[in-house]
Amino acid sequence: MNLDELQQSAFKAIEAASDLAALENVRVHYLGKKGELTQLLKSLSNLPAAERPTLGDAINKAKQSLVEAIKSRRALLNEEFLKERLREEYVDVTLPGRRPQIMGTLHPLTHTIHRIGELFAQAGFDVAEGPEIEDDYHNFTALNIPEHHPARAMQDTFYFPDGRLLRTQTSPVQIRTMEKQKPPIRIIAPGRVYRCDSDITHSPMFHQVEGLAVGEGITFADLKGVLADFLRAFFECDDLSTRFRPSYFPFTEPSAEVDVECVHCHGRGCRVCSQSGWLEVLGSGMVHPHVLENVGVDPERFTGYAFGMGVERLAMLKYGVPDLRMFFENDLRFLSQF
Amino acid sequence: MRISRSWLLEWLPDLGLDGRQLGDVLTMAGLELDALEYAAPAFSGVVVGRVVSVEAHPNADRLKVCRVEEGGNGLHQVVCGAPNVAAGMLAPYARVGAVLPNGNKIKQAKLRGVSSEGMLCSASELGLAESSAGLMELPENAPVGEDIREYLELDDEILEIDLTPNRADCLSMRGVAREASLLLGKPFADQKAVFVPPAHAKTFPVKVEAPRACPRYAGRVITGLSPASRSPLWLQERLRRAGIRSISVPVDVTNYVMLELGQPMHAFDLDKLEKKIRVRKARGGESIKLIDGQEVSIPEDTLVISDAVGPIAIAGIMGGQGTAVSESTSDIFLESAFFDPEAISGRARKLGLHTESSHRFERGVDPAIQIKALERASQLLIEIAGGEAGPLIDLQNEEYLPHGHPIHLRPERISQLLGMEIAPKEVERILSALGCEVVSSEAGWEVVPPSYRFDLTIEADLIEELARVQGYDRIPERRGASATRIKQTNDSEISLISLREDLQVLGYQEVVTYSFIDPEASHLFAPDHVPLKLANPISVDMSVMRPTLWPSLINVLNYNRKRQQARGRVFEIGLRFLADDSCTRQLPTLAGASFGGAAPEQWGIPSKAIDFFDIKGDVENLFSKAAVQPEFYADEHPALHPGQAARIKVGDVFVGWLGMLHPQIERDYGFDQPVGLFEIDLSALQQSRIPYFEPISKYPALRRDFAILVPAATPAGNVLHAIEGMGIEDLRSVNLFDVYMGEGIEKGHKSLAFGLVFQALSKNLTDQEVDSSLQRIIEELGRRFAAKLRG
Repeated sequence: MNLDELQQSAFKAIEAASDLAALENVRVHYLGKKGELTQLLKSLSNLPAAERPTLGDAINKAKQSLVEAIKSRRALLNEEFLKERLREEYVDVTLPGRRPQIMGTLHPLTHTIHRIGELFAQAGFDVAEGPEIEDDYHNFTALNIPEHHPARAMQDTFYFPDGRLLRTQTSPVQIRTMEKQKPPIRIIAPGRVYRCDSDITHSPMFHQVEGLAVGEGITFADLKGVLADFLRAFFECDDLSTRFRPSYFPFTEPSAEVDVECVHCHGRGCRVCSQSGWLEVLGSGMVHPHVLENVGVDPERFTGYAFGMGVERLAMLKYGVPDLRMFFENDLRFLSQF
Repeated sequence: MRISRSWLLEWLPDLGLDGRQLGDVLTMAGLELDALEYAAPAFSGVVVGRVVSVEAHPNADRLKVCRVEEGGNGLHQVVCGAPNVAAGMLAPYARVGAVLPNGNKIKQAKLRGVSSEGMLCSASELGLAESSAGLMELPENAPVGEDIREYLELDDEILEIDLTPNRADCLSMRGVAREASLLLGKPFADQKAVFVPPAHAKTFPVKVEAPRACPRYAGRVITGLSPASRSPLWLQERLRRAGIRSISVPVDVTNYVMLELGQPMHAFDLDKLEKKIRVRKARGGESIKLIDGQEVSIPEDTLVISDAVGPIAIAGIMGGQGTAVSESTSDIFLESAFFDPEAISGRARKLGLHTESSHRFERGVDPAIQIKALERASQLLIEIAGGEAGPLIDLQNEEYLPHGHPIHLRPERISQLLGMEIAPKEVERILSALGCEVVSSEAGWEVVPPSYRFDLTIEADLIEELARVQGYDRIPERRGASATRIKQTNDSEISLISLREDLQVLGYQEVVTYSFIDPEASHLFAPDHVPLKLANPISVDMSVMRPTLWPSLINVLNYNRKRQQARGRVFEIGLRFLADDSCTRQLPTLAGASFGGAAPEQWGIPSKAIDFFDIKGDVENLFSKAAVQPEFYADEHPALHPGQAARIKVGDVFVGWLGMLHPQIERDYGFDQPVGLFEIDLSALQQSRIPYFEPISKYPALRRDFAILVPAATPAGNVLHAIEGMGIEDLRSVNLFDVYMGEGIEKGHKSLAFGLVFQALSKNLTDQEVDSSLQRIIEELGRRFAAKLRG
């Protein structure tokens, strides 16, 4: 076979190679160690010296052109192969993704408590905790609520036969904290509390967040500042009006209830605020000197404020939950919303 | 406390505010307005009418045909069915066109063939009583033709005030008026002192045997009251507006004086009293039949009023039926006492009672008002029912009567507490207006509060009064005084929120359930544990403190299953309560429960119900940040599937359980698929460690896979731990990647396939080194577990 024919047939074979493997076979067939062109090149040595350069030159040229042809064929095949792969690997991107689990949700009360905690953390408040089964002393007596005090009747208490009780408020955490720690103190205490009452607006178990700050130079003005800031931050409203009303709690003096402008009607009066334009959200006051004395803190030197808020109430207002009981029914369709 | 605005005007003639405005002022001073309503529901077109004549109805026995005068326009013929209709009486007359509270519009009508123009009304038809037996009789001097709303002042506003327990002084019209006068700076028109001179010398012997509980006991005999007398309309109306029913003249008058002045009183039928009155503590075993008809046994240490025979009243709470005034009573003994709040408080509640009287005595009645009240009641009684008063009896024990102790008030303490100064003149003005005696002293003031302000005992109380009367809105909001130090926190503690978020990622939804459960559920899940029982639960199914969170979570799953949820994964963080003889442990606990598909139903993952290893995988993930990794031991739990239950151990401590709900319980609850559970002490999950850098090898890793045959009962975990525990040098990881039983495997055996990765820090490992380590491992497993290398 002469060089031309060889070259022609090689070009044909290259053209005919339909995949990379076939192309490689073609390459080996012509350019491999025992390939036809290689053989031809080897056979040069049998030729007379005068012919060698001319033929050698031609063979090398032919080889060069074959290499080029293979290279471009390979590129083409590669491209087609990729194209084919891409065609095959098409997916319907609108199909839902694979999810071994669907992300769960946290309870709205957890969100609320967490949010309250984060806001007060900015003002330097630590989180404190206390037991839910309490003794009478910490839940009542130390908080300046002696036996038979009408304030005890304000809170229907769950008792155990031995006289212990389920805490009716998170306020005993104030006492437990001050028993362990000297002023300055800045804590909030979130947790479950219990009252023997169950109807549309009362749950026998609910949540409160207690706050306490005791130190030198702490005044009612500080209490007003911290609570006004907190409420504005919680409801994310810079010009939210708040008002402090005189009230009575045995463990604070002076005592105040705190109202915010109704977040539904912005103070115009609606069903949520019973037309008053205000929503009661907090109880607060300056720590009663007897309470400080009960835990060995000198009320002449130290003053402090305390406050308590109902988590359910804040969560209902914030999330528009119409019924307190939904928090404890744990309907997954409800929980999934948070 | 219900306050009639028109009644209040008697005490505060210059009030000048409507009910809403007054309510706002009171609210901002701590007397919260709860509700505001009118003295009667809306109606119109009703006037004072006089029945001129009454004749029989031609076609109906029970109906009468009346002629009614209503001031002009002649007479109206009205058909009336009221039993008490009589010629000459005055009654509310609804004209044609009138609209009654129930919405009915009065039209000209024919009743049994007789035409009727308008309607004569009963009190209940006007919304002034729950029920009525006949027409509402109006006094003879009522102006015929005047609109009944004007005549009875029915557009009077009633303020329902929510009083805090410290403000007993406002449990009367006089008290609220005094307070409003102070707040508004309007004059307080106090009632002129009343003096009813004794008309005879009749008294009744009284002995106070418990002077500490009853420091003052006043009374007087009133004789000759007309039993036929009835309380006048104005008095009945005032009682009604305060929420009290009219009963009889003596009872109405004592109630009226209580509302007016704040002094609860009691009228005994003098003829039914035996020999003498004794004010004493109850003895064991005594009982009394109360005015409301119930028989109660009186606990010892309760203050009673007794006569020579036995208790005739529970002091300050309720009188007895035996000595109560009746329709025939003409002579009474009127009691007006001061009982020590300590002696009364809590007692009524203990007896399941709560009365207007106990409410006031518990909070504190003015110890200086007994005689004033007695005189006022005598005056009213005699005015209404005739009769003659005897001399006053007034037994006082100075030693036990409350005395206003001077309170030292310092100006610097005012600003220390309030963060604002109040000018000395203003301090003196406010305190004096509150009724305090104020004397300037070296370092401030000596202040004696008035006898009716039981709540003012310490300096802080006075400071609250100053702030309150000035208005809390006067106190500035101060910022920036907060501590700014950076606190040390524990970085190796996993926060609860981070743990919660991990659970969220694992697909769990957080729930919050009650801490008390049904004792049967407690028994089912913790049969060996005696749960802590509430003495006064709301209901049996919420009567014991839960020793485990599982029953609550299973209830949640079941609640949702019954609402067509095919799948649920829930967790809760809360306390569980373990009581033993010596103490109650309140353990912070995390528990989870799930049912339904391991993954939510979807096209890309084959569906399969959850099994043990789904739950275990979740638990292992939860522990991934923990300082010490848990170990799992097969064990039996009363609520778990006996073959699919594991105890979780961290270090030397058992910290929880995981497993599948026992199929029997599963069925009893009505589940038709497996339920997975875990419960772990929170503390075990929260202890993490701060990571410390370990060098990373630059040299290649070598992997060796092998499979062994072991007896089927061999716990795979033990084999895994055995390999890890051998201390093989440069062994980086051990992965159990296949477990197989069945075809090709010797019966009673299983195949475990492991992938081992070796890598040294400072050199290339040779095949020889790795193979010799592998050999050691296989020999060790052979020795410990009778393991044979699979070919």
